[in-house]
Amino acid sequence: MLLLRNGRIIDPANKRDEIADLAITDGRISSSLPPGEPFDEIDCSGLVIAPGLIDLHVHFREPGQSAKETIATGARAAAAGGFTSVVCMPNTSPPVDNPSVVTWIREKAEREACVNVFTTGAITKEIAGEELAPIGSMFRAGIVALTDDGHCVQNHELMRRALEYARMFQLPILDHCQDYGLVGKGVMHEGYWSTILGLPGWPSAGEEMIVMRNILLAGLCETPIHCQHLSSAGSVRLLRDARARGVQISAEVCPHHIALTDESLQGYDTNFKMNPPLRAQSDVDALIQGIADGVITILASDHAPHCAYEKEVEFDMAPFGIVGLETELGLFLDLLVHKHKAIDLPRLIAMLTIEPARLLRLDRGTLSPGVPADVTLIDPDLEWTVDASTFQSRSTNTPFNGRPLKGRAVRTIVAGKSVWSLQDSPNSSVAAAASAL
Amino acid sequence: MNPTEPKPPSPPAPDAVLVLDAQAIDRALRRIAHEIVERNPDPAGICIVGIPSRGIEVSRRIAAHIEAIEHVRPELGVIDVSMHRDDLRIRPKLPMVVASHLPPDIADLTLILTDDVLFSGRTVRSAMDSIASFGRPRRIQLAALIDRGHRELPIRADYVGKNLPTSPTQRVYVRFQAIDHVPDSVWMDKQ
Amino acid sequence: MTAKPKTAPAPAATWTRKDLVSIRDLSPEELTLVLDTAAAFKQVSAREIKKVPSLRGKTLINFFVEPSTRTRTSFELAAFRLSADVVNISASTSSLSKGETLKDTARNLQALHADVIVLRHSSAGAPLFLAERLESSVINAGDGAHEHPTQALLDVFTIRERLGHVAGLHVAIIGDILFSRVARSDIFALLKLGANVTLVGPSTLVPREFEKLGVRVTHDIDSILPEVDVVNLLRIQHERQRKEYFPSLGEYTAFFGLTRERAARLKPDALIMHPGPVNRGVEIDSEIADSPRSVILDQVTNGLAVRMAVLYLCAGANHTSSN
Repeated sequence: MLLLRNGRIIDPANKRDEIADLAITDGRISSSLPPGEPFDEIDCSGLVIAPGLIDLHVHFREPGQSAKETIATGARAAAAGGFTSVVCMPNTSPPVDNPSVVTWIREKAEREACVNVFTTGAITKEIAGEELAPIGSMFRAGIVALTDDGHCVQNHELMRRALEYARMFQLPILDHCQDYGLVGKGVMHEGYWSTILGLPGWPSAGEEMIVMRNILLAGLCETPIHCQHLSSAGSVRLLRDARARGVQISAEVCPHHIALTDESLQGYDTNFKMNPPLRAQSDVDALIQGIADGVITILASDHAPHCAYEKEVEFDMAPFGIVGLETELGLFLDLLVHKHKAIDLPRLIAMLTIEPARLLRLDRGTLSPGVPADVTLIDPDLEWTVDASTFQSRSTNTPFNGRPLKGRAVRTIVAGKSVWSLQDSPNSSVAAAASAL
Repeated sequence: MNPTEPKPPSPPAPDAVLVLDAQAIDRALRRIAHEIVERNPDPAGICIVGIPSRGIEVSRRIAAHIEAIEHVRPELGVIDVSMHRDDLRIRPKLPMVVASHLPPDIADLTLILTDDVLFSGRTVRSAMDSIASFGRPRRIQLAALIDRGHRELPIRADYVGKNLPTSPTQRVYVRFQAIDHVPDSVWMDKQ
Repeated sequence: MTAKPKTAPAPAATWTRKDLVSIRDLSPEELTLVLDTAAAFKQVSAREIKKVPSLRGKTLINFFVEPSTRTRTSFELAAFRLSADVVNISASTSSLSKGETLKDTARNLQALHADVIVLRHSSAGAPLFLAERLESSVINAGDGAHEHPTQALLDVFTIRERLGHVAGLHVAIIGDILFSRVARSDIFALLKLGANVTLVGPSTLVPREFEKLGVRVTHDIDSILPEVDVVNLLRIQHERQRKEYFPSLGEYTAFFGLTRERAARLKPDALIMHPGPVNRGVEIDSEIADSPRSVILDQVTNGLAVRMAVLYLCAGANHTSSN
């Protein structure tokens, strides 16, 4: 029995934004507490009470790469970032391309994860882009979506068949949009800075080509496709046009693509090496505009942990990606709500709750009575500084260490139990092997 | 004010004392030129080698005086010492290197090393070291406008303009019109 | 009326860097200081005993992860003439081929008290990576397509030596600019010293993007030949990675090669340069490569002087900072 008292309840699914109390009974949202029973109380004055946030793009590295992250540590990182549900990508070792790996992950998550861990399955066997994976069996084993994330099916015919086949199970397809031919060995945005730094470029057209492919296939197969981590202005323009025509296409944006530009790569610091890459200011502006006018409907992190020794190598050889769960909400609040005023707080919360929930048909993302009590308490004006040494994640590969932010989750509640709170979290470093950034 | 009277030079440091003025410097260099000619009768057999930076000006003047005496201008050379310094590791800043010029064959020449101030002797040692990589001259002699003592190596000058007793921490300043755009003068800090 | 005393000459630039990683980092004054220092060191190679003790007792390691005989030999000789001890490591002999990371290999070298590491690597940014992590001086001998600082220094040294100055000259760089570290370093050095630069080559290898650096781009070599003071030809290769960028060497030569006819249209005292090794008959006609206007061999001689100057400046004293 838990009462969250006097907070600003923002529940976009139920169009709710008001100061009120929220009751939790037996792990579920209830309209009121049963009278006469003892209950715990949390004072939420000045805080936002939101449905538990959902991040539909994370890499938890198990099975096979547990040095970078485990399901347990990834879940703790999610909780510390204010997320109660995460969706894991299938590019593990072995990849999630058959039902037994799906089951392995689900059972491990059940035992060890303090948040809800959902899993996706690969579109193709071994994520090789050649043959369809056993989609039906994986569906039965419990995947919530299909994706070859990390890779991209280049064969359009195969992608078409995957869409048609997945429709039977109403499985959404999430696509990492990258045309291998155009991108080649690109390691950073192709533009002024790649010219100066002498690094092979990853042109925006490499993403836009596949976004266009997906728009056409979504129309042809009459199935929805979701484009992951959008990074370019051209992609936003394609999306805007397609959505206006009624095509079932959606997209997500990650914090780094609106927080940083390719200029950051001057020092060859691999903490700025991501896929898709950081692009130019005009791309950043277009992404923010796309969020503001509703063309882009979902926000995610693409949390991609890597060990320090893997990242601390020559730029060409470093793996792509950064961790993101513990800085995601802070960055989005700071940039979208406070700095650029692109969207208001209820819209931000919608993009992290009901929008991903609807896409994946998850029974989450709301505070309706009767649903599991996943709740995130947010202090939208709290000023804090990112400190990678306090990360719960096993890895600390972030470009944001030391960055001041405004807004943060202060408590994460899963099924009625508090799994993380700011005031109770230790300030000392957790990961043993982190070296200086 | 008489326009032909030269303006008195201004001190390079607040407490500096004038030791030699332009006239005295010129007399000293003229005397050194006579001494060189006396000990080296054949002007074709000598080369006046300046140690950068001010030793170059001294060498130029001595060569001009020799020409006035013997009506033959001796060869002039430059020897860079900074590449051969023994204190590179200790110095906070790298000294500027200069290209050296010596006559192509120095085996039959007497080289007269020239510097403005002879002090510890280490600069002269570096100069001799540097000369060694060009070849083996018949003789090396040393001319210094000022000898201020406090040698750290067994080196002595063959020709000295003026002996100047100093304490090791006193600074000596040499100014030449051609380089510093002030009248020729030698100063030292007050005791 | 008494004349105002002339102001004393400006103090010469000083060098405080322990590393030389890129030309782009250097100020024009630092560039000029290197050139002036190189002029002094050029004289050392004309002596009977071609040695000065400036780096006596220091250890220099030529760490060439990407192979090169010419540049490595030049650095090796430069080090010997400064009395340093030299060790050569190539990728196949190093532990990199056994899976040791660059950082660990370099730290091992430092543990052997290497004072200078000259690094050539196929990854852009590798010398900066080491310079930030090691106390040793790190000299970039070429990193991927990024920079080749000593090549640019010897190029502008050669131009300055032959033509007296660099400012105001019109320099054409011809060839595969996109993948060329020599082109990038040259562009930065020439612009900093006040020259005008035109890049020439196939549109696939000389993208207009380069204009943002402050240079002109043209794909018509014949239009600029009579105007330029210096022609710098880059080696063109038709290896696997370039096959999509232009169809054949024959077509390249027809449109961009410095043939005899084209060379005749240059100004009489225009310089012809090439970083080497020369593909005779491809980017330059064989006879033109040996003609009096070609300073290709001077470049080699000057490369040695420039590298001596760079080693002297970076490792001669005990600089600790990277900038």
